[in-house]
Amino acid sequence: MALTNEIIQQKLTEKFGEQISSWDQPYGMLTFIAEKNINIKVLQFLYDDEELKFRFLTDLQAVHYPDNKGFELAVVYHLHNLVDNVRIRFKVFTDIEKPEVFTATGLYEAANFMERETYDFYGVNFVGHPNLIRILNVDEMDYFPMRKEFPLEDQTRIDKDDEMFGR
Amino acid sequence: MSEHILLPEGSLEKQTTTLNLGPTHPATHGVFQNILEMDGERILKATSTVGYIHRAFEKIAERRPLYQITPLTDRLNYCSSPINNMGWHITCEKLLGLQLPKRVDYLRVIIMELARISDHLICSSIMGVDTGAFTGFLYVMQYRELIYEIYEEVCGSRLTTNIGRIGGFERNFTAKAFEKLEKFLAEYPKTLKEFENLLTRNRIFIERTTGVGPISAERALNYGFTGPNLRASGVDYDVRVHTPYSSYEDFNFTVPVGTTGDCYDRFLVRNQEMWQSIEIIKQAYQKVQEFRGAEADVYHADAPSYYLPEKKDVYTKMEALIYHFKIVMGETEMPVGEVYSSVEGGNGELGFYLISDGGRTPYRLHFRRPCFIYYQAYPELIKDSMLSDAIITMSSLNLIAGELDA
Repeated sequence: MALTNEIIQQKLTEKFGEQISSWDQPYGMLTFIAEKNINIKVLQFLYDDEELKFRFLTDLQAVHYPDNKGFELAVVYHLHNLVDNVRIRFKVFTDIEKPEVFTATGLYEAANFMERETYDFYGVNFVGHPNLIRILNVDEMDYFPMRKEFPLEDQTRIDKDDEMFGR
Repeated sequence: MSEHILLPEGSLEKQTTTLNLGPTHPATHGVFQNILEMDGERILKATSTVGYIHRAFEKIAERRPLYQITPLTDRLNYCSSPINNMGWHITCEKLLGLQLPKRVDYLRVIIMELARISDHLICSSIMGVDTGAFTGFLYVMQYRELIYEIYEEVCGSRLTTNIGRIGGFERNFTAKAFEKLEKFLAEYPKTLKEFENLLTRNRIFIERTTGVGPISAERALNYGFTGPNLRASGVDYDVRVHTPYSSYEDFNFTVPVGTTGDCYDRFLVRNQEMWQSIEIIKQAYQKVQEFRGAEADVYHADAPSYYLPEKKDVYTKMEALIYHFKIVMGETEMPVGEVYSSVEGGNGELGFYLISDGGRTPYRLHFRRPCFIYYQAYPELIKDSMLSDAIITMSSLNLIAGELDA
């Protein structure tokens, strides 16, 4: 029997109940939000379950929603079941003041660099990560550049008087 | 293997040597730094540094309309930039819900497979160079030149191609492009055979590469390997087969796999993939030729709000002028949504995670760069091996600095 999004949703709801919410299927990929303290439990459950078998971490990154007070940073996991060829995505939201999320490095070696990258750009502190240091930016950098409070220059600005580039 | 006696860190009587391999070492083919702890010729520990050519593409992309992001994707894996371009177009088309005509899909397949060949031939022949055989490199390099000429006929540029548009190609393929493609299909197999004759059963090459830098299927999956490197360790995961895009389901090809995941297997898998790519291009070219009548000239989808109109229409038609202006000024709104789409890039699953909040630029764009993810296995692959094996392992992984650092 093919693994469908409904079966995954049912199994997860059975196991975690109210801690998982916001079920959605944008462009066919099952997406949900989990409470941030159960992220590893969800990953482990998806990994261990004989039917679900989500054993490939495709991608991990963060998104910053500055207006979402108290839950500004979202960490997004993309998982892939290579046997049944099903992908899912789930997110955990965390407070930007105390952005602490448990690390997935215990389960996936691949998470090591991905989490370092996420830390580098968004400042998500992955608790338990063996080597959480900057990876792409310089070590001396004291801010997290991908956060939305650092806008790139707006091309349509007119308040700048630049003689050479005349904007 | 003998036991190593390691003294405490900082000890004056340190018995091991620290060696900087890179960042500009000629044998690393790119800006890679590895700080190696050596015991004679043997590597005890390696620490990789990445980020030397980080260019903040994800941040830049947050201020750019969709079509302006294509040139950024060129610069990820620059050995096969057309695949990155197409991957990006396919992501946008998925978000926008565009359906492409079959002819466009097939033309894309031709270009993507040419790009795959040009990517793999570099990697395989550089492996030869790193083991001391320069000749094969020169044989196949001529055909990379021919591939670049085909790109040139289609889009005007060679390395960082910016090929295609959202919804199709910028112009139809010229007769010259097909002529060059025919020349490539006629001549390249012979050269590839010649190249393989030089290396595949070459005793020196086999001795240098078998058992070097192996990785088991389980470890490779855990490390997030994709592409030829994963297939070399025996997992037949290929995005073209698992999640067909651009009508790959219409083609007949096999997915070559290795067994041990060592350098020799990676070499063999890449060579085999080149043969498969040639077959795919032949099939695609035949399918393209079978179109008749109006269909034979289709090279883009009918998507006026995203596909840049032809210049002669812009000068003569009001509607085209308006769309041209809106697209060029980046004033087209995207639908709200989040989409993950991936293509089989030169060295693995190249994924694009795009979140749109309904604005004119992406709210968030993340590139899943296969290189970046499998590079973290490198210290494990070269542990307890010789320094010269570390070099060959690196070239067999097909690491591209542009993709590593984004």
